[in-house]
Amino acid sequence: MLIFALKRLAVAILVALFVSAVAFTALRLSGDPALAIAGEGARAADIELVRKTYGLDRPLAVQYFSWLSTVASGDFGESLYFKTSVTALIAAKLPTTFIVGALAIVFALALAIPLGVLAAVYQGSIIDRFALAVAVAGQALPNFFFALVLMMIFSIQLRWLPVSGSDTWAHFVMPVIALGYFVTPPLMRLVRAGMIEVLGADYIRTARAKGLSTASVIFKHGLRNALVPVVALAAVQLGILLGGSIVIETIFALDGLGYLAYQSITHKDFPVTQAVLLLLSLIYVLLTLCADLLNAFLDPRLRVAA
Amino acid sequence: MTDVTAPSMQLTPVEPLRAAPSLVARMLATPALVIGLSLIGIVAIMAFAAPLLSPYDPYDQDLTRRLVPPVWYAKGSWNHILGTDNLGRDYLSRVIYGARISLLIGVAVMIISGIIGTTLGLVAGYFGGRVDMVVNFIITARLAMPVVLVALAVVAVVGGSLIVVILTLGLLKWDRFAVVMRSATQQVRTLDYVTAAEAAGASRTRVIVGEILPNVLPHLIVVATVEAGSAILLEAALSFLGLGVQPPLPSWGLMIAEAKSFMFFSFWLIAIPGTALALLVLGINLAGDGLRDVLAPEGRA
Repeated sequence: MLIFALKRLAVAILVALFVSAVAFTALRLSGDPALAIAGEGARAADIELVRKTYGLDRPLAVQYFSWLSTVASGDFGESLYFKTSVTALIAAKLPTTFIVGALAIVFALALAIPLGVLAAVYQGSIIDRFALAVAVAGQALPNFFFALVLMMIFSIQLRWLPVSGSDTWAHFVMPVIALGYFVTPPLMRLVRAGMIEVLGADYIRTARAKGLSTASVIFKHGLRNALVPVVALAAVQLGILLGGSIVIETIFALDGLGYLAYQSITHKDFPVTQAVLLLLSLIYVLLTLCADLLNAFLDPRLRVAA
Repeated sequence: MTDVTAPSMQLTPVEPLRAAPSLVARMLATPALVIGLSLIGIVAIMAFAAPLLSPYDPYDQDLTRRLVPPVWYAKGSWNHILGTDNLGRDYLSRVIYGARISLLIGVAVMIISGIIGTTLGLVAGYFGGRVDMVVNFIITARLAMPVVLVALAVVAVVGGSLIVVILTLGLLKWDRFAVVMRSATQQVRTLDYVTAAEAAGASRTRVIVGEILPNVLPHLIVVATVEAGSAILLEAALSFLGLGVQPPLPSWGLMIAEAKSFMFFSFWLIAIPGTALALLVLGINLAGDGLRDVLAPEGRA
């Protein structure tokens, strides 16, 4: 298990480094940083001076490693649009995105687990078909369209919830639903498939034969085993969901990381874009690492496969 | 003469040998596939016959007839069945022409990402070892970068156009092809007919293209449908955020973006292209689910 964990950790670190190299190169390709620092209308000599002062005349690989060391110490540079430290900017927005992301996963699981269990227990019934319809619709609906429909119903028609902003808890309701519904289908399918497999296993028959109640069999013996891969998938889905938060946060003008990413892109504020890209990738790598380790811890067969 | 046939009449009737149901019969017996293909078919007809079907030019503005509601509203008229937008353009014509963009995106992105992903997956699954490690690493690194963010940034730098969106999404969305093709190839790789082809002296390319590819094709088709649907949704999201297909092209995502400021009083402007998108992607996903049942029933989740 330790060797497996170390191997996975090494891969995760390599992936993080690779992504950082991509983010660094992409930033350089998007424009000459010396020009951006010197400002528009700067003389050629000034630009040359900036290039020397900031070390931009060194080989790209050297620049990458010096950039990496400043990034590792938490310094992402200065935002070109907001004119503040990128790190401070991100630190201010991160909590909102994390709260929405966590609540969205909770919402998705609260929808996926009961529906998946019911669909598996009553396989082929109306409930099963309804659960499948929820999943299929969730995968076909464009999430921004779904968000606008929610807005139309709950803000404009019923006037229950505010249209946009992030001041009160009420502002979080629709973004959480829109994001959560978006990741529900794969979770529900996995709960259903896992439950069907588990309910056919020998130990479930034994539990039934012992005379345990149906509820006890389904929840204590069945669900506990079926949920293991679901927890791991939920971790991966949380990473995907943080990526999807760009669209949803922008629609609801929710002041989080996703909206910041969108603003930075439209204002060509690439130090911020780069930092958000790195951060989201790092979170995804960490979440998949946790998911892999969790899976391997619970199912020793998986340790050999790596 | 009738007596001659008599003895044979007494034989117990034998059930005629029936061939296994044909592929077409199995497809027709899968409702998801039939509904899915019908929905795709309707959109395809809209796309191909757009000039014949649309009552107006989708770019023609008539500022005297702005925001006319669809025919089922009290103020609607049969002149504009789905109403007009804020520039007085006929909405039905724009929705019909929008089908072209969505289908083009779906097919083109599917082909580009399919070629990249399938090549990576086949090579990784066939050669294994170091090659597999490298490909696996590339897949993991690609998955770590959020597609929406990277695509938005690329379009912002390069500039939004249909071809940029197609190339960006095509170069980003190959991951699922690679993952599925890799594991499918690993399963097929050790089977007897592959060993036989290798023993017969077939080249590696010949084995991969001639023996392995045809046998992982069902998986490829299923992934391709799912990915086409997801590419269509992504294009719509990019265009909705203003960093995809640019006006005045009638992309369904862009139409929703343009209608956003009128959503209070003219919600149909959002609901119509949104429904069109949802129905097309629903059709593609249903067809994918149905194809999985017909082509690769053992791989069902």
